[in-house]
Amino acid sequence: MDVVFDNLDLFLEGMRTTVLLTLLGFAGAFVIGIVVAAFRTSPVPPLRAVGTFYVATVRNTPLAVLFVLFFFGLPDVGILYSRFTSAVIVLAAYTGAFVAETIRSGINAVATGQGEAARAIGLTFPQLMRIVVLPQAIRTVVAPLGSIFIALIKNSALAALISVADLAETAERLINETAQPLPIFLGAAVAYLLLTIPSGFAVGWIERKVAIKR
Amino acid sequence: MKSSLLTLGDPLGPKGRRRVLVASVVSAAAIVAVVAVAIRRLDENGQLDESKWRPLTQWAVFKFFLGGLGNTVKAALTAMAIALVVGGVMALARLARGWPQRWLAGLYVEFFRGLPLYLLILFSWLGLPKLGVDLDVFWYLVLALAVYNSAILAEIFRAGILSLDRGQGEAASAVGLRYWQAMGLVILPQAIRRMVPAIVSQLVTLLKDTSLGILLAYEELLRRARISSEFFQNPVHSFALVAVIYIAVNMTLSYVATRLEARQRRRYKAGAIQVGGLEDLAVTQATASARPAPVARPVSA
Repeated sequence: MDVVFDNLDLFLEGMRTTVLLTLLGFAGAFVIGIVVAAFRTSPVPPLRAVGTFYVATVRNTPLAVLFVLFFFGLPDVGILYSRFTSAVIVLAAYTGAFVAETIRSGINAVATGQGEAARAIGLTFPQLMRIVVLPQAIRTVVAPLGSIFIALIKNSALAALISVADLAETAERLINETAQPLPIFLGAAVAYLLLTIPSGFAVGWIERKVAIKR
Repeated sequence: MKSSLLTLGDPLGPKGRRRVLVASVVSAAAIVAVVAVAIRRLDENGQLDESKWRPLTQWAVFKFFLGGLGNTVKAALTAMAIALVVGGVMALARLARGWPQRWLAGLYVEFFRGLPLYLLILFSWLGLPKLGVDLDVFWYLVLALAVYNSAILAEIFRAGILSLDRGQGEAASAVGLRYWQAMGLVILPQAIRRMVPAIVSQLVTLLKDTSLGILLAYEELLRRARISSEFFQNPVHSFALVAVIYIAVNMTLSYVATRLEARQRRRYKAGAIQVGGLEDLAVTQATASARPAPVARPVSA
């Protein structure tokens, strides 16, 4: 295990990058998700089509393909970003499609009767959304959003494909440089589990906090 | 297609309809503008030149890609077959009576489920040879895919078994079935039907994940696209073609999953367990905890 402790600073630096990738990626995914979900539920047909197209294409394309297309393809059309920025954009674009689907299904999960009742007592559409629909939709969306967040922690490892120095890339470099792959793998694994398992508990906690007590 | 926001709000009046019409025209114009800018951009950078896309229309090159797709499917199906067996064993072990099995299976599932697949492939490809394991490159990829997916499938199986009413197990033991008889004759046949859509959507994820073979020397679809793009200098076109192939295959599989789910809902009047839909995600634990009825274990064997 000495290899791990000797290179602890590298692991911590990698962990920091992974956390940054995840947080920035999730923030971007959240914005994209809300916009796309709004498009998909809007009464304007062209916007609905754009939203549906985005979700269908991005969800069915492997993340690795998006990474290589963005990083090796787009410079040919003059779109060039740093490795880290590229990784954040790709992760946000990919995760955004899943967030959009989740938000949309959260809105769909609110019973139609709720909307009818709100209209019956004379609420306007914005009031109906703010007071009746969204508070219920957000609750049902917490658990799947948490799963998306945890999946994003794991997916961020693909940034190593374009040599962003995250945890996975650190492990890759050290496995190449030393003759002790097992301790390094276990070290990186523990580092990832230190991120994913507490996130799982946090999601469960939030879920219980916002649950509707009946 | 009716959107939920429309059904939640009042039906549109004449003014609202006019507004939707204006918004439609404006947004359609905006979309056309964006597409036009993209095409111009491609053109300005010489990406519409014949030398870029012509190679992809040649049969030899296309066959190279199709061969890559074949390798992708081969790796994915092999990994799926192994993962189904290992995942099934792990799920049964986790629901077993003895604590050592439960504990070991739990450790396996929670460990591998929480790791990025990328890290497993990395270890399998770069680490195992240094530990004296000498395999064909195909097996390094399949091994990592199988281990990761067996952990995910174990959770799907467990959620499927736990989703059954506990009365099923109790009734089975009441008529005198032993533990394994109850499992084999009563519980598994029902549970597996519920799991099928989730398993198919996991297969979609697995197929997508096989593209991580680009890390290895295994010539799956994405790696072949990389080889071809370096030769013809057309990364945009090559990788876009890979995306199109993946979208076509995955949408077909997803369609099959939806049909299967609809069919079984009609036939057995039982919905699928809610694991599918959000592929990529380890969503099963939420489902498992949402349905607390545990499988009843026969009182005595």
